[in-house]
Amino acid sequence: MIEHVLQTLPQVVIDGLALGAVYAIVALGYTMVYGILELINFAHGEIFMTGAFVGTALFLSLSAFGWLSSMPMLLSLLIVLVATSIVTGLLGMGIERVAYRPLRSAPKLITLITAIGISFLLQDFVRFITELKKGNYILTGPSLFSGQVNISASSIWSGFHDASVKSSFFIVLVTAVVMMMTLDFFVNKTKWGMAMRAVAQDRETAALMSVNVNKVIALTFFIGSALGGATGVLFAIQYGTIDPYIGFILGLKAFTAAVLGGIGNIRGAMFGGIVLGLLEMFAAANLPIVSNGILGAEYKDVFAFSILIVVLIFKPEGLFGKVSIEKV
Amino acid sequence: MKKWLNAFEQNKRLQAIVITVYVIITFVSLYLAQKSVVAFLLLLSSLLLLHFTTFSNRVKWLIGIVVLSVLLPLAASQGEAYQSYMEVATLVGIYIAMALGLNIVVGLAGLLDLGFVAFFAIGAYTYGIFATTQANNFMPFGTYPLSGESFWIFLIIGCIVAALFGILLGIPVLRVKGDYLAIVTLGFGEIIRIIFNNLDKPVNITNGAMGLASIQPPKLFGLEFMYPSQFYYVVLVILLLTIFAVRRLEYSKIGRAWKAVRENEIAAQAMGIPLVRTKLMAFAVGASFSGMMGVVFAAKQTFVDPTSFTLLESITILVMVILGGMGSVPGVILGAALVTILNLQVLTELTNWLNQLSLSGVVSIPDALSPAKMQRFIFGVILILFALYRPQGLLPAKTPRFDEKELKSGATNMVDGKEGAKDVYFNG
Repeated sequence: MIEHVLQTLPQVVIDGLALGAVYAIVALGYTMVYGILELINFAHGEIFMTGAFVGTALFLSLSAFGWLSSMPMLLSLLIVLVATSIVTGLLGMGIERVAYRPLRSAPKLITLITAIGISFLLQDFVRFITELKKGNYILTGPSLFSGQVNISASSIWSGFHDASVKSSFFIVLVTAVVMMMTLDFFVNKTKWGMAMRAVAQDRETAALMSVNVNKVIALTFFIGSALGGATGVLFAIQYGTIDPYIGFILGLKAFTAAVLGGIGNIRGAMFGGIVLGLLEMFAAANLPIVSNGILGAEYKDVFAFSILIVVLIFKPEGLFGKVSIEKV
Repeated sequence: MKKWLNAFEQNKRLQAIVITVYVIITFVSLYLAQKSVVAFLLLLSSLLLLHFTTFSNRVKWLIGIVVLSVLLPLAASQGEAYQSYMEVATLVGIYIAMALGLNIVVGLAGLLDLGFVAFFAIGAYTYGIFATTQANNFMPFGTYPLSGESFWIFLIIGCIVAALFGILLGIPVLRVKGDYLAIVTLGFGEIIRIIFNNLDKPVNITNGAMGLASIQPPKLFGLEFMYPSQFYYVVLVILLLTIFAVRRLEYSKIGRAWKAVRENEIAAQAMGIPLVRTKLMAFAVGASFSGMMGVVFAAKQTFVDPTSFTLLESITILVMVILGGMGSVPGVILGAALVTILNLQVLTELTNWLNQLSLSGVVSIPDALSPAKMQRFIFGVILILFALYRPQGLLPAKTPRFDEKELKSGATNMVDGKEGAKDVYFNG
């Protein structure tokens, strides 16, 4: 049994890293908004989903014009990523302006309810547009970066099996790392980042220190949503098929990642995302074997969820909740 | 206009005349025009009218029960649409009871539960498994299916099992920050569905995605409740008990503790309210209502499968509570009735109508826009608009205002307690 677990390990690690990178960036959106407003932005999973659809639509229209083949692949990816993140960033800002700002002093229950409403609205809106254009709400994007790369893990240690990945895996991983590093730099080293940290720590005092709180909150939503949207594009490239309801369960897991890393903590969210991705892939690959087929791979969602429960019972502040005081 | 309304409010005889005339007209129109959904809905809305009259509580209840148990079935029974009307009415009843359960959690205790349907599923499967041959797969003793007479016991068992799950889920979550509850319940709702969907191996407990078919209908003294028109009465009785229980809970000690926790946790704790236990109680009580209605649902449909218990269902029930008014029993009843009828009648009728229009070539509506698919959109809009502009809902909850004079004069009345307290509330 252990032999088998070890054999599949390289493949599991690679798949887990790709999934974990996606979780990590979506978790950033949750954790940033939570840090600054103490609000679980339920709509964030849907922003991710919208990003996936906008990106796929852009890819499809690019290829319809024939530009996709005439441009270098990476350039078109860059264009789509930037365009999508601007769209979803503005969407996130708009949501904050319309639905959350008027309720900032209202009881938290009410804000959570609007968040649910927004998330349902977005789901149906995207479904509607896709169904209108395509006749079906399940969308398959053009296959990009689909070349297979073999990683001969067996040459490292003979107990491993070789792993194979789509080349999009590298795109996902590199883009994710670049996005996370940029964000980390932005939050910790720039003036706006300092303003964000200040607002997260104490909104009133920050306002007294002439920080424009509304602008900072809008910016936080913009950045979080832009990252989420861009991740949606990466997800669509990596997994091919998307539907309007992917945002819900993925958002749930990303939130789990944020809690795991200590909600409000940016580096914690990145770490939590990667860990959750690895654990989930590990569970999906090994649960049926370890339990002799009693628990199928379908239970991987249950597994992620039980991690959330376990964290809440034993370490509700998360892995990095106490160590770092910074809170954005 | 206002003067007229005031005069109307004071004149009880006028009210009596208006409501009688209204009931008679709608009764006759439903009696004569069997196919008219509008007449059916108008007759139902006589209860809303009744709510706004100033009769004493007992009279209101009496009229309401007469309308529901005698007039409505009688008027509807004349045509072919009888069973479908009763089907709608039964489902409305089930959803009202569920919404009342969620109202305890969301409206009274202020905890956002987004996986409420999970408890509904637990209740439905509890009865479903034992009232089909399914239980033979893993139970070492007894013969299954259990007969329909066990339904009445399962009402209680469903309650208890759902409450147990509510407590199990609540213990880790309610100790930490309140907003985690929303996301954990959201996850729980989904997880329960996944588990029920996959629990057909290694031991076949739930029969997986195929669902449980031919569940025994309830039986009482040899009488089987098979048709919606019979089931309607079962639901009606359970609903009345539910409303009674919710009313009593709301003004009990625990009910006041819930409201205190909702308004301010720290202040409530300072007043000596055990925070976790109070919240757990709300969670468990809400869940038990849902579990009980799950049993009823399973027995009514005689078929359960995991697709009936999606997130959409949870949000539907939440919409009922928000629409009607958090914490307000009449509001939640109204909200549940409106949303259920919207779901079952209005949207499907509208879709049929639009389909006919596009068939005859008058207008062409793309399939994507068909109203039956717009539920999420409609619910989203309702949630956002109500949260932004009318968070108290259609019929806001009344907070009891105690009239000092009456309290003093009714001191003797208050000795035997509850009766007096109720009067004070409704005068307030």
